[in-house]
Amino acid sequence: MARVWDFLTATRGGARLHWTDWASYAYLCAGVFLMFFPVLWLIMSSFKTEGDLQRYPPTFLPYQQETLMVEGFDDPLPLFEMTGGDYEGMILAQVRRVGLQAQMVDPTNPGERLRVSIENYRPVDSVTLAWENYTGLFDRFNFLLYFWNSTFITVTATLIMLLTNSMAAFALSKYQFRGRTFVLLLVIGTLMIPQTVVLVPLFLIVSEMGMSNSLWGVIIPGAATPTGVFLLRQYMLTIPDEILDAARMDKASEWKIYWRIMVPLSAPAIAVLAILAIMWRWNDFLWPLIVLTQSENFTLQLALNSFQGELRTEWSSLLAMTVLTLLPIALVFTFLQKYIATGIASTGGK
Amino acid sequence: MASIELKSLRKAYGAAEVIKGVDLSIDHGEFCVFVGPSGCGKSTLLRMISGLEEVTSGDIEIAGDLVTKIPAADRGLAMVFQSYALYPHMTVRQNLSFGLENINTPRAEITTKVQEVATMLQIDQLLDRRPKDLSGGQRQRVAIGRAVVREPRVFLFDEPLSNLDAELRVDMRGEISALHKRLGNTMIYVTHDQVEAMTMADKIAVLRLGELEQFGRPLDLFNDPQNLFVAGFIGSPKMNFMAGTVHSADRSLLTLDTGEEVSLPVTGFAHREGEKVTLGVRPNDLRPEDHGAIHIEVRAVEQLGADSYLYGALKDGTRLTVHNPGQTHVTAGDNVALGFDPSAVHLFDTESGLTLREAA
Repeated sequence: MARVWDFLTATRGGARLHWTDWASYAYLCAGVFLMFFPVLWLIMSSFKTEGDLQRYPPTFLPYQQETLMVEGFDDPLPLFEMTGGDYEGMILAQVRRVGLQAQMVDPTNPGERLRVSIENYRPVDSVTLAWENYTGLFDRFNFLLYFWNSTFITVTATLIMLLTNSMAAFALSKYQFRGRTFVLLLVIGTLMIPQTVVLVPLFLIVSEMGMSNSLWGVIIPGAATPTGVFLLRQYMLTIPDEILDAARMDKASEWKIYWRIMVPLSAPAIAVLAILAIMWRWNDFLWPLIVLTQSENFTLQLALNSFQGELRTEWSSLLAMTVLTLLPIALVFTFLQKYIATGIASTGGK
Repeated sequence: MASIELKSLRKAYGAAEVIKGVDLSIDHGEFCVFVGPSGCGKSTLLRMISGLEEVTSGDIEIAGDLVTKIPAADRGLAMVFQSYALYPHMTVRQNLSFGLENINTPRAEITTKVQEVATMLQIDQLLDRRPKDLSGGQRQRVAIGRAVVREPRVFLFDEPLSNLDAELRVDMRGEISALHKRLGNTMIYVTHDQVEAMTMADKIAVLRLGELEQFGRPLDLFNDPQNLFVAGFIGSPKMNFMAGTVHSADRSLLTLDTGEEVSLPVTGFAHREGEKVTLGVRPNDLRPEDHGAIHIEVRAVEQLGADSYLYGALKDGTRLTVHNPGQTHVTAGDNVALGFDPSAVHLFDTESGLTLREAA
């Protein structure tokens, strides 16, 4: 903890703050605000009720109007504080409202009805978290199913991708064969073709192979990525050939060299690719949208989209689900970010 | 028995020929050193024997079996690399046992063998460390241990000591020699350091530009170099060369290019009158003499206490080195007359570079 504090309060040196310190901190704070505030706003909003979300002007904290059970009424009544008129300063419960007039009742004297103008009252609010936004996801929507679909696609696609990409990278970096440069150029060349251009042909292939509306239709086409092959190849080039020769002298098969020598030694680059792959797959929207048509196969991203109806958007559920969708990827990033830093430093990749 | 036979071995990368037909025969149990300047193809030759490098043409036989087309793993050899090439992600123990695991050795046997080798090489304290936590000398031992533990027929060493400091190099040199005595295997050792070659080898193969210049016992190479290159390469400091022409009818006089006249041995060499020859004299066979035939201007003097070296040049600029036992009063700038024992000289044909010594 002390180290974190030291880091956060680091200065250029000396007791007084240099002007570069001010500039750095101002820049960093602006960055934090710019990056983090929208996320914070999202999290706060996800705890607001549908009514609170419509409130103008919007508030940062989630508020809910306080209610009270009053004798003689079946439902809890909303509380208002009187700001003018005959009952100024009192807290009254509203029975019903008709136009600009409201019928109120004093909770201490529930027998008497009071008529007030709505100009003279203000709702009594308190900060309350609307957990029902979250519980509703599990009760009313099949959140766990979408979560499972997303997880299955992400994990499987990442594993397949790491396996195929590292094998391709191994061959392209460590074997001399005719056409090696051509193959490499071909792989890199595909980077220049925009994904949207191949969308239709890819869809035709997937549907011809009977994989449309199946999770495999999302997993398989994304399994080999030129970026991954290139990134791993660049890293594997730095592994000395002598180590492979030593393994060959040690009677290791080529497969064993790959599995026992290349893969462990490329771990930093593989970790980077794993993180990137997880993020790509988890956040992928367009391709699953095209392939997956039935809601039981939806990923979280598609489910989020389906909250946005043509006529009505259920913002409270949408926001809560957005937060839950962000959570796994944020965790992955938090725990693996040190590999990203070291991996990028050592591969020169992005 | 693991003798090695190379038969007109060639290796070419496209048009560039790096090994130009090498014939060599190494007997079982011999410690053979390939030596030569960098780029002479000695490492390539070793890698061809190991099987890591493909052969363009020619044959390799190990213990009488043709292995030219057999992959490296199945030749029963072990190799120690210049960079050690330890597996960085494995502990020393795993490094040693990796090769044994690959040939499906039972667990218990691996443990005993690794322990045995580790004790022998004094690395048993380091078994659980990783290569990056070891010093250069320790890594070297592990690399050797990894080769020894598999009990190969032949050991191949590719400049294994070049990354060590001078003192450690001398130590390891002794240890590798001792290892050879203890195990009795055939060993092939590549180095560019002729001192290593001289001290360790049973047989030395001197290579230059992909060709075998001479193959023989260290002292034979030293005493009877076949050509100018071997004469200059073996021995430290280098042999001195002086060009001249044989001019007397009885072949006993040589006029150097500087005009100085020196006497030559008449027997033992096949030189003819009028022939252009190169005279080779080792620095320790030259000595200052009042009436010496060769005159040099001393340019630098190195006093090492027990020995001193004079570095000088003839009139035509040919550089000479003189080894002087003990200390000397000569200083830079002096002119010194040198003499030599005619029986200690070497004579080469200037044009072909070959020795003129007559076969005994």
